[in-house]
Amino acid sequence: MTTPMTDLDALPLLTRLSHTQRAAIAGVSRIETYEAGTRLFDEGGLADQCWVVLTGCVVIDTVVPPRGKVALQSIGPGELLGWSWLVPPYRWHFGATAVTSTRAAVVDTGALRVLADEDPALGYQLSLILIDALLNRLQATRIRLLDLYRNPA
Amino acid sequence: MTTWTPTPYQVVTRTVETHDSVTLVLRPVAESLPAFSPGQFAMLYAHGIGEVPISISGIPGDGTLVHTIRAVGAVSRALHDAGPGTVIGVRGPFGTAWQLDGAEDLLVVAGGIGLAPLRPVLGHPAKRTVLVAGARTRQDLLYQDELAGLSDVDVVLTVDHGDHDWHGRVGFVTEPLASIPLDPDRTTALLCGPEPMMRFCARTLLGRGVRAERIQVSLERNMQCGIGLCGHCQLGPLLLCRDGPVTGYPTAEPLLLAKEL
Repeated sequence: MTTPMTDLDALPLLTRLSHTQRAAIAGVSRIETYEAGTRLFDEGGLADQCWVVLTGCVVIDTVVPPRGKVALQSIGPGELLGWSWLVPPYRWHFGATAVTSTRAAVVDTGALRVLADEDPALGYQLSLILIDALLNRLQATRIRLLDLYRNPA
Repeated sequence: MTTWTPTPYQVVTRTVETHDSVTLVLRPVAESLPAFSPGQFAMLYAHGIGEVPISISGIPGDGTLVHTIRAVGAVSRALHDAGPGTVIGVRGPFGTAWQLDGAEDLLVVAGGIGLAPLRPVLGHPAKRTVLVAGARTRQDLLYQDELAGLSDVDVVLTVDHGDHDWHGRVGFVTEPLASIPLDPDRTTALLCGPEPMMRFCARTLLGRGVRAERIQVSLERNMQCGIGLCGHCQLGPLLLCRDGPVTGYPTAEPLLLAKEL
């Protein structure tokens, strides 16, 4: 199902894009709804799409023997899920599962790359959006490394 | 009774919150102290051991005091271990309170034990209240049953390390702050937790258009006298037992970059 354009227009993540650019992305996107527990992708799988979570929550995980699946980070409403489609070998570094009922805009990243190649202005703006999201994620991860909530005793 | 003399209170109930934190309800043995406001603190004295500043974590309105205590040193450990019937010395109320006048939308952001001083605010009648609370793990989250029962507050809980039973968020509190719906012109933000946490959260909120004047933080140093005389809690131009702990972000911002305690 093609994403209604109003949905993408309302996404804060894409406000730096023009209406026309958002419409172009809507053309390679669809809306999906996932029940809690739905596996979105597995580590090592082909990374050919990304998600913008609209409602609900997705957890990125990895397997750590003998602990099993370990949750690394949550992706909530308005946030972007999936980087591995950006650079070769286009394989997921981690896995992801919807932990609550989740609605997301799913973008065909192969088609998105074509759009960006054909329209460098769009490609540049997309790069800035992705870098901004990556920076936020990196900074939050660094802060977590500080273990600020530990008991100083 | 003076601000120097502890007033005897007796532990009525002791509720275990986490592996290192408990909530004590204290009832006056005879004379009671003046009423506390959310954000203020008391000096709690464990007999023969010492005195520490502990924020009020509940205001039942029946003359009892509610404090949530994390065992981090000898005094807080003694208070943490105090069972019903134990008599504790209390001085207070001390310090500044959360400024809630005119607040339309309340955004309450807490990290770790920082949720305790904010707990009394969750009952404040705002048009909309959002709580974003972080902890190391699910087991370290305070007041879990109580938070689950809050019907008038949007609660977002996030932990640094998730486990199989955790269905909330995994990540630092800045992450939900960056994306939760908020109206910057109506939002009053109250932050309490480790100072770097408050600094990073304040930056996130400023980036979302919340004015610095509408952000309050709770600062803590080595409070001792409680009335701004001894100087142990000095932070720049502030004596935090008197001028804090609740401080406006425009004042606090440069102080949060102080390299030494």
